[in-house]
Amino acid sequence: MTPAVSFTKVSRHFGSVRAVDAVDLDIVEGEFFAMLGPSGSGKTTCLRLIAGFEQPTSGRIEIFGENAVGVPPYRRNVNTVFQDYALFPHLNVADNVAYGLMVKGVGREERSRAADEALALVKLPGYGARKPGQLSGGQRQRVALARALVNKPRVLLLDEPLGALDLKLREQMQEELKSLQKQLGITFVFVTHDQGEALSMADRVAVFNDGRIMQIGSPQEIYRRPATRFVADFVGSSNILPPDFMQRYAGQRRWGSLRPEHIRILAQTAGDGVPARVAALNYLGAGTRVSLDAEGLRLHAVVDSGGALPSPGDDVVLTFNRDHVHVMDEPA
Amino acid sequence: MPSDRTQRAPIGLKIAAAAGLLFLHLPILIIFVYAFTTEEKSYVWPPPGFTTQWFAVTWNRPDVWEALTLSVQVAAISTVIALILGTLCAAAISGTSFFGRETISLLVILPIALPGIITGIALRSAFSLAEIPFSFWTIVLGHATFCVVVVYNNAVARFRRTSGSMIEASMDLGADAFQTFRHVILPNIGTALVAGGMLAFALSFDEVIVTTFTAGQQQTLPIWMLEELVRPRQRPVTNVVAMVVVIVTFLPILAAYYLTRDGDQIAGSGK
Repeated sequence: MTPAVSFTKVSRHFGSVRAVDAVDLDIVEGEFFAMLGPSGSGKTTCLRLIAGFEQPTSGRIEIFGENAVGVPPYRRNVNTVFQDYALFPHLNVADNVAYGLMVKGVGREERSRAADEALALVKLPGYGARKPGQLSGGQRQRVALARALVNKPRVLLLDEPLGALDLKLREQMQEELKSLQKQLGITFVFVTHDQGEALSMADRVAVFNDGRIMQIGSPQEIYRRPATRFVADFVGSSNILPPDFMQRYAGQRRWGSLRPEHIRILAQTAGDGVPARVAALNYLGAGTRVSLDAEGLRLHAVVDSGGALPSPGDDVVLTFNRDHVHVMDEPA
Repeated sequence: MPSDRTQRAPIGLKIAAAAGLLFLHLPILIIFVYAFTTEEKSYVWPPPGFTTQWFAVTWNRPDVWEALTLSVQVAAISTVIALILGTLCAAAISGTSFFGRETISLLVILPIALPGIITGIALRSAFSLAEIPFSFWTIVLGHATFCVVVVYNNAVARFRRTSGSMIEASMDLGADAFQTFRHVILPNIGTALVAGGMLAFALSFDEVIVTTFTAGQQQTLPIWMLEELVRPRQRPVTNVVAMVVVIVTFLPILAAYYLTRDGDQIAGSGK
């Protein structure tokens, strides 16, 4: 099947800055694809390359098999939900939503019917006559979504769309976006720096760093089997185990990662294990995060808050199942 | 009560404020009164009698009509030039960042900071060096130098408040550059342009100094008035014209004020 979006060795340099550096990427039609990374990692530039706001310095971009290099934004069947929503302040909500149809010359009646439908889809029916200035942040977000969806794009791009919302609204919108995507069957490409958001919403995640893709995979793959130290560190809060440590306790001289929930803390008298000292406790609710100093490393373990907790300064031993240690691709 | 005392201005301050306002506006009122005087050779206070005959006299003076027509034409064309150049310049300065941007911004604003007499002398010597004969168009060019600044200042402030992602959103939704300008940029900078244009028109309409250096034999309305004061003949006609000038320049400035007054909200900031 032809991928919805395909990057072949795509680079975008700004002067000496390599914002996007030789990226290869295939986004499958109908999937919810997240581009995850810290700010400045190139994820937003990749999104802007798909939208057409940026042109690649080199490489090939195809959208549904057609060359997209040199094609202006207004000739792409791709729409964007902007981070700051970018609603037109001089138009009311209905005219904002119908803007794309208006510039394409769609008649007034059909336009207003389509705008009403799109507003109903994002659960804002009857808001057409209001001005963007009269809406809350969450409502503007929905208008921005309706304005993009009314054009029936084959790919919808979302640039950190939930960044400006408070936690509760954000969780609600995450669910709604996810079900909207299933309902419409459109390819969603979602940019975020929030790993929780990426893991919970996406079918596949690309982790960006320094203009390159570190790893592409399902949330489970990314979380359980991070390819590099960067991914292990950025996605969740894995313990990164250097080759020397790995050789002594896991039997091979490679970089490894171990999730905090897989470390067991035992009293020193229990015998075999990694000797460690408890540095601090952080209560997280259901679990408590224990910071430990072991072999010159700072490790984190998450233990059940209901169980027996060690105290800071205690000498303990750590044990873990070797099967839980993930050996990374990164050379030692 | 103490709270009353803090809310009310002291009587001395009130008197000072009233005196200041009177000092500013009383002379203008006196000019208006002289438009109705029966004494035509010199200004006598109080006026010996009142008449409205000077309005009819003014109406029938072809030299007044010539000067008025010229002034309106010059102001209109200077404003049109200023609107085009000022908007383009503002769009370039605020839309992109390039080396020397701030310098160019300063150079555009400079003509309004320069004394008019220097602009005038500079233009006059430039015109004679290039052997351009003084004409209607040399006046227009002279006025355009400062009209551009007014439009530019208004437009650049509005452009800065129009978020760049709005333009991208428009393109993203299928609008080409022309449609984006018509449906998004123009509605957002429209009032700023109208305000800038009106200020430019008013500035050009009562300009004297640059005009004296860039005009040939033509007389704009302010120049005509200056000449009339030297030759005492039907003096109240000048006052009638003065009233017209005040009204013609005051109305657009008032309109510009009302148009930009409510423009404090930031266009396109969606949060």
